[in-house]
Amino acid sequence: MTRPVIEARGLVKEFCKHRSRPGLAGALLDLLSRRMETVRAVDGIDLVVRPGEVVGYIGPNGAGKSTTIKMLTGILVPTSGTLRVNGMVPWRDRQRFCRTIGVVFGQRSQLWWDIAVRESFRLLQRIYRVAEEDYRRQVGMLAEVLELADLMDVPVRKLSLGQRMRCELAAALIHNPPLLFLDEPTIGLDVTVKLRIRQFLRELNARHGTTILLTTHDLGDIQALCQRAVIIDRGRIVYDGSLEALRQAVPGGRGRRSLEEVIQAVYQGALASGGPGGEGGVAGLSGAGAR
Amino acid sequence: MRAVWRAYLELARVRFLAMLAYRVNYWSGVIIYTVNIGAYHFFWQAVYAGRQELGGLTAAQMTSYLAVAWMARAFYFNNLDREIAAEIRDGTVAVQLIRPYSYILCKLAGALGEGLFRLLFFALPGLALAWLVFPVRLPGDPAVWAPFTAALALSFGVNSLFNVITGLLAFFLLNNSGLMHAKRVAVDLLSGLYLPLGFYPEPVRTVLGWLPFQAIGYVPSLAFAGALRGEALARALLLQVCWIAVLGLLAALLWRLAGRRLVVQGG
Repeated sequence: MTRPVIEARGLVKEFCKHRSRPGLAGALLDLLSRRMETVRAVDGIDLVVRPGEVVGYIGPNGAGKSTTIKMLTGILVPTSGTLRVNGMVPWRDRQRFCRTIGVVFGQRSQLWWDIAVRESFRLLQRIYRVAEEDYRRQVGMLAEVLELADLMDVPVRKLSLGQRMRCELAAALIHNPPLLFLDEPTIGLDVTVKLRIRQFLRELNARHGTTILLTTHDLGDIQALCQRAVIIDRGRIVYDGSLEALRQAVPGGRGRRSLEEVIQAVYQGALASGGPGGEGGVAGLSGAGAR
Repeated sequence: MRAVWRAYLELARVRFLAMLAYRVNYWSGVIIYTVNIGAYHFFWQAVYAGRQELGGLTAAQMTSYLAVAWMARAFYFNNLDREIAAEIRDGTVAVQLIRPYSYILCKLAGALGEGLFRLLFFALPGLALAWLVFPVRLPGDPAVWAPFTAALALSFGVNSLFNVITGLLAFFLLNNSGLMHAKRVAVDLLSGLYLPLGFYPEPVRTVLGWLPFQAIGYVPSLAFAGALRGEALARALLLQVCWIAVLGLLAALLWRLAGRRLVVQGG
């Protein structure tokens, strides 16, 4: 069995939040003493991802998806639990670790707003210390597949959302990382761009064996790309396995028409009360879907 | 090792390029610098009111002092504090954390690019314009320019690190805009931008001696006026280096603490 790319055990992230009291009197009281509240965004996650897998990480808004991704990418320090990604502890070895991953946040740009796309890529080449020859090959490939030729000299602020997302993907892959994180990469995109991006990711996975973990609310992304889905709800993993097994795991799942309906049933707690586990496995049996 | 610095140099270059993107900004920058020098020139004309000398400076020397102080400020001044605080508030700082570089050094590199841009494209044309209109006299002696350049480079370090620290406080305060504003006024006032520190009463000067402000603006100005030579010059530069070390350590420490309590706001 190959060594896992991602290995998380009992991963927890808690945030401290101020709770404001209502009304003017409450606001004045808050000046004197503030009540603190601990929120558990991620509540003991076990996750194992093996090389070459494409995993869809889904869950309702506020379920803890982004927080998980931010721990896996070294942005946030876990409150407890153990985590190894690409053989490193992300937050502790941050700078070394960053060289081995690519990240795209659909809601945040990583390109430099005022300069041409080409300049952004050049800058990333220097930052990741990519050899000139490798850089040319990689950018040539990316520009061709993502059709960036006409965008290279345009300042990022003048790109449309679809154009920018293609550039963001390319930017995340300049250093050809073996592991790619995508946080809602197709949000707000039209069908054409969506399809092109999916096609690109499939090829990337097939040709380079790039491991991909993506979060999305677009189940089309999941169906088109992922062999395995991990569903998180209120900070816990409620399902981990193949899409096919998911249908069977949800009571009456086979009778439902679309994947949307199946997932909605999961969000509404169809798996929570120890429903039929199915071969896919329920919470805790991480890596059940891994090959 | 060289490859590491190349990345930061590239970051500085890109910021420089980004500054070029807005032409209106450029022209207004030149005008702002000229107007500032002019405004303080007229202000001091009124203060001198025909007197030959004040605090050991003639009116013409005062105008030159102001012109140089503003030129120096063009280089060491930056908005790193506001930039960092904004990135912390809107969560962009997360994007910076997935890059294999030091966040603080990356910000300093950007500020360097911006400072060079301001110096070359705002301050020098502004100074030339002021030179045509007001009695600004610049020394031709390289023995003045060399220490000035060294002091100016170090001022950049002190002021930028000071800004980094103020900006990073946003991690702990979530809204530090009042603090940043106070800092900005304090730096301009206490670093001798508006009036030479020699004009302050003795007790105030003693207090200022213990604060980093004079290491920002006053040292380059003194170096330029030729008031710093030999041992005094060495001591002034050493003072700047010490402040860079102290503030650098403090910034690194804050960053370390901040990493633990990072909350990425806005999802």
